Amino acid sequence: MNPETLKKFQKVGEVVWELPKTFKEGMRVPARIYGTESIMQDMDDHVVEQLTNVATLPGIQKYAYCMADGHSGYGFPIGGVAAMDPEEGVISPGGIGFDINCGMRLLRTDLTENEMKPKIKELVDMLFKMVPAGVGARGFVSLNNAQLHEVMVSGAKWAIENGYGWEEDLERHEDNGVIEHADPDKVSERARTRGINQLGTLGSGNHYLEIQTIRKGEIFAEDIAKKWGITGPGQIFTMIHCGSRGFGHQIGTDYLKKFTEIMPKYNISVRDRELACAPFQSNEGQDYYHAMACAANLAFANRQVILHQTREAYKAVFKQSPEDLGLHMIYDVAHNVAKLEKHTVDGKKRKLMMHRKGATRCFGPGREELGKIYIDTGQPVIVGGSMETGSYLLVGTKKAETETFGSTMHGSGRTMSRTKAKKSVRGEQLQKDMARRGIYVRTTTFSGLAEEAGFAYKDISEVVKTMEIAGVSKPVVALRPLGNVKG
Amino acid sequence: MAKGYRIIEGIAMADLAFEAVGETPGEMFEHSALAVESAQVDLSTVKKVISKDISLEKESIEDLLHEFLSEFVYLKDAEQLLFSDVKVSISKGTVWILHAKVTGDKINDKMKLGTDVKAITLHEFSVKEDKNGWTARFVVDV
Repeated sequence: MNPETLKKFQKVGEVVWELPKTFKEGMRVPARIYGTESIMQDMDDHVVEQLTNVATLPGIQKYAYCMADGHSGYGFPIGGVAAMDPEEGVISPGGIGFDINCGMRLLRTDLTENEMKPKIKELVDMLFKMVPAGVGARGFVSLNNAQLHEVMVSGAKWAIENGYGWEEDLERHEDNGVIEHADPDKVSERARTRGINQLGTLGSGNHYLEIQTIRKGEIFAEDIAKKWGITGPGQIFTMIHCGSRGFGHQIGTDYLKKFTEIMPKYNISVRDRELACAPFQSNEGQDYYHAMACAANLAFANRQVILHQTREAYKAVFKQSPEDLGLHMIYDVAHNVAKLEKHTVDGKKRKLMMHRKGATRCFGPGREELGKIYIDTGQPVIVGGSMETGSYLLVGTKKAETETFGSTMHGSGRTMSRTKAKKSVRGEQLQKDMARRGIYVRTTTFSGLAEEAGFAYKDISEVVKTMEIAGVSKPVVALRPLGNVKG
Repeated sequence: MAKGYRIIEGIAMADLAFEAVGETPGEMFEHSALAVESAQVDLSTVKKVISKDISLEKESIEDLLHEFLSEFVYLKDAEQLLFSDVKVSISKGTVWILHAKVTGDKINDKMKLGTDVKAITLHEFSVKEDKNGWTARFVVDV
């Protein structure tokens, strides 16, 4: 960040940096970025521009937030969080992203690193075969129009009822794997055509399926870890990162165009066309909300089908049933979504339209939405790091609800562009280097692999630490990569 | 800019920003489309075996370009098609009118694939004309 820009921030907490409403004309609330001094110095300047644009949106409450993994995006920055008044505020596709309900899923096992090592190549190769990835990939689930309709309405529940998962999986999802208010009539034919053949596919870019383990000394909250089925160092996990595929991307595209056309009707002007929005209560705002819920549900179903394929891959490689291998899901979180949530503002309980783009809900203990499994511990928060350095499992806190409307980081955050990363390393070389360090990677694209090199990302541990100092999420375990299917 | 398009650094951290040029709007559209496809595949590995015709009308040239590029993103998912040859003619009457013939192939193992394009964003999207011709700038979400 430009040092002159940094000087305009007021440090209001150990890791909380605030820009007042006077920073830019039209800001309705101050903007807050979470970061250590070094994270702030390294953050790109466009984040400030984009976050202060978000602060101008009608109906925004308290602050426009950017988490410590933030970097510039389009419309909102990645890591952006905004709570909107559902009566007077707007809904903006730019506050969600084209990949609606891109999210993370974590699966535990009873296997150990020693048991995995001789099988890792076989398992990764099997997953690479069973979970299609890359440009234009088609999934193995064949849906007709009526079934696609059910997926849009029922999400992960549809997948489980159709044999792709266990009943116990459902309550291990944010919102039980189904977002309410989905209305397939608000989804275009083009979105249906793009998405109907893609259930069970990973996609591309930074999406992946990763085999992970815990190193000694990297369990940070033993009581919680134990309650969540984490037994100790050397235990094997699988993490899945993907979203709503072409279906969600098309819904984002459709409504972005529609919103740019109708904003004058509502006397709304925005500083960036990617912030195009509509009043949440308008017909157009409601239409997008109902269509977006369809995409969010399809994403839950997509990760559920991938989970099923993952269990089948383990079964084929280890010649044991998924039940005997202890392949229980820990949790599934969305990090690109807008939802109505209950929050307390100025002492009053209110429903708010929460926008999170590259940010994760992180409710603390006691929230009824967490169900009986997690109500005592707080919500599991799955944050994906780079494929070289590793990821984290965190837990949400009570303080998060007052500090950030129950929101935290989603990953480590990029610090280098894809083009620069590709110029710095060749994918083939990176694959060999990672193999030498004990990480076996399969990819559909070597150039894409180079783009995801570890040096292109922030130090995830510093980001995790920042959000812990802020008091909104706490680390439970660090998860280190052993094998990766890269989309 | 030998290919008629280039990646621009410093605009999109996690996505890809392109600049495409042309002496005519049609040529600039052709280069813009090939830029989008080049993110997804090594164009030299896409055989020219399947052709599609695209016709569009829009009030502004910006909307026309956005719609045209979005068509390539759509065809990649809906029909698994990627294109390495794009011919565009554009005329301006009361509205902007585009006719294009695009040629490529179904996604297959012989293609050297890149990164999936999710959408054409409106972030910093621009179309400009000057004495040298036409220039477009756009960011694709990957």
